[in-house]
Amino acid sequence: MFDYSFHWRSAFKALPDMLGGAWVTFETAALSMIFGVLIALCLTLMRQTKNPLARGFGNAWVSVARNTPSLFQIYLLYFGLGSFGIHISSWAALLAGITFNNAGYLAENFRGGLKAVPETQMRAARSLGMSAFKTYQLVIIPQLLRIVFYPLTNQMVWAVLMTSLGVIVGLNNDLTGVTQGYNVKTFRTFEYFALAAVLYYLIAKAIVLVARLLGWRLFRY
Amino acid sequence: MIEIENVHKSFGDLDVIKGVSLTVNKGEVVSIIGGSGSGKSTLLMCINGLEVIQQGSIRVDGTEVHNKATDLNRLRQKIGIVFQQWNAFPHLTVLENVMLAPRKVLGQSRAEAEEVAVRQLTHVGLADKLKVFPGKLSGGQQQRMAIARALAMSPDYMLFDEATSALDPQLVGEVLDTMRMLAEDGMTMVLVTHEISFAREVSDRVAFFRNGLVHEIGTPEQVLVSPQYAETADFLKSVL
Amino acid sequence: MLTTSITSTDLLFLLQGAWTTILLTLWAMLLGTAGGVICGLLRATLPRATLPLAWVLDAFRSVPLLIQFVLFNSLKSIAGLDWSAFSVACAVLGVYAAAYCTEIVRSGVLAVSPNVRRAGRSLGLNYWQDLRYIVMPMATRIAFPGWLNLTLSVMKDTALVMWIGIVELLRASQIIVTRIQEPLLVLCIAGLIYYFISLVVARLGNQLEKRWQEND
Repeated sequence: MFDYSFHWRSAFKALPDMLGGAWVTFETAALSMIFGVLIALCLTLMRQTKNPLARGFGNAWVSVARNTPSLFQIYLLYFGLGSFGIHISSWAALLAGITFNNAGYLAENFRGGLKAVPETQMRAARSLGMSAFKTYQLVIIPQLLRIVFYPLTNQMVWAVLMTSLGVIVGLNNDLTGVTQGYNVKTFRTFEYFALAAVLYYLIAKAIVLVARLLGWRLFRY
Repeated sequence: MIEIENVHKSFGDLDVIKGVSLTVNKGEVVSIIGGSGSGKSTLLMCINGLEVIQQGSIRVDGTEVHNKATDLNRLRQKIGIVFQQWNAFPHLTVLENVMLAPRKVLGQSRAEAEEVAVRQLTHVGLADKLKVFPGKLSGGQQQRMAIARALAMSPDYMLFDEATSALDPQLVGEVLDTMRMLAEDGMTMVLVTHEISFAREVSDRVAFFRNGLVHEIGTPEQVLVSPQYAETADFLKSVL
Repeated sequence: MLTTSITSTDLLFLLQGAWTTILLTLWAMLLGTAGGVICGLLRATLPRATLPLAWVLDAFRSVPLLIQFVLFNSLKSIAGLDWSAFSVACAVLGVYAAAYCTEIVRSGVLAVSPNVRRAGRSLGLNYWQDLRYIVMPMATRIAFPGWLNLTLSVMKDTALVMWIGIVELLRASQIIVTRIQEPLLVLCIAGLIYYFISLVVARLGNQLEKRWQEND
């Protein structure tokens, strides 16, 4: 049954290249999170306003991001934008797709988080003479941050895992892309992808670990 | 001086305050008693502009509270309020809770704010809890911290919205002691309270609210001992 | 301007793809729920002894699904198993769903207050009766929203099986795009179908939840 000999040595030779790919993966995920958080904040604000257009836009974004596959979202950006004569690289499509996805999920988290900060906190701060802006900056957002910290960490891990989809639209320099490159050349599929799996696992665990340390440091209450 | 004139306030279809007039002079302690839903807490919120009013006027030291041109943030600096649910900022230590507004609103330096905060916290008996987060304190301790937080802004007026209602019975005393101390220092105070004997002890005047109106007002003796109206007497009977 | 070369055959092809997506989701959730309930109960009742199980399941949640597909597929050929791509897809998605479902079941069981369990035991129920009549029904209600979310997310994750050669909804739309070169239109139709499936699943789930609540 197992008349297959594993060639781990050649796979390990590819490790430096794969680590390079892992860095691209991490970078892409981190960028998508930064943009995702910023957009999610805007979406959250839009969904709070009374303007029906802004609300509709915010709700539509969140709804589409959450109810369609992330691969579909990347596809739409990669192939769909071509219909308008806009051709973007596979990396840009991947980044934009994951950012779109992150923003939708995070906006929903932020909304839940805002609900979880009691309204009385707003009152207490305003009663001390703080402006609405200062209240958000010093009282509401710091508490919100704690509530959304865990979902934020989760989303970051998901972002890393989602970057693997880039290979489907032809990305070749992230971890999965580099791995697939070696796979096509050598057909040692299992060895290379097992190594990639380990690297993904390590990245994911590193993120969780750093987040936990950061959490201890930030939230002492 | 706080001058409340013919104030009307409603939430949607529900009229909560139906034309209240009341004047609180400098240095005076006025207690407001009455059943739940009589509009007494809402009135406090209107005094510092946390709730808007539909009709009438409220002036604090001559400044119209419900006027678009009024800088409410400015006005609130001299009106401290203590809520029923103490509302501590959970992400800040006790000391930071008290220092926050003086630093960020009044622009005091860290050292200045800290000095004031430590003094106020010592005053309310929390000198040994400076570095503790509010979540670790009892309700009574949190409420005393909330009082210190309001006092750190050196307000001219203090409003207490049922400051002891949410506390366990054995913790009520320590908060009332703090409030008594404040009254003796000559602070102008408006108390919404259910502690009738405390109201009688510290107040210059007591107002009985009923159905969004001042039903009876006068000295503690007049209102609490020999009330003029049957409704007042009934209420007192029900809470004592 | 609004002319299109998309034909009814193409639409049918898309719907066939959607059917594959639904079938995959059903199988994956069937396997995943079965595995998740078993592992979740084990995790909740024997937390210390099943720690290694938790690590293994965590690995499935920390490695991209795409890589899991590729790995399992190549393992299949190494082991000389004669499985169809569809079976491979179901197996991988099933394990993946089980990994998440375990956590949902575990936290559901742990959320049943010990006092309720004590009350049950005090009435003379034995351990298994307590589990069967008290804990499971309560945990099911607590865990259901999480399980529903998992179903939706597995449905979306089925899009990845195109990588091992299964024509599901997204792959079907891509095939049509290659032929008629109208990516925006075709993808939007595919997107609408996904959206519609999500909506229906969510609606059904909410109705079920509401019915439970009425009985409470």
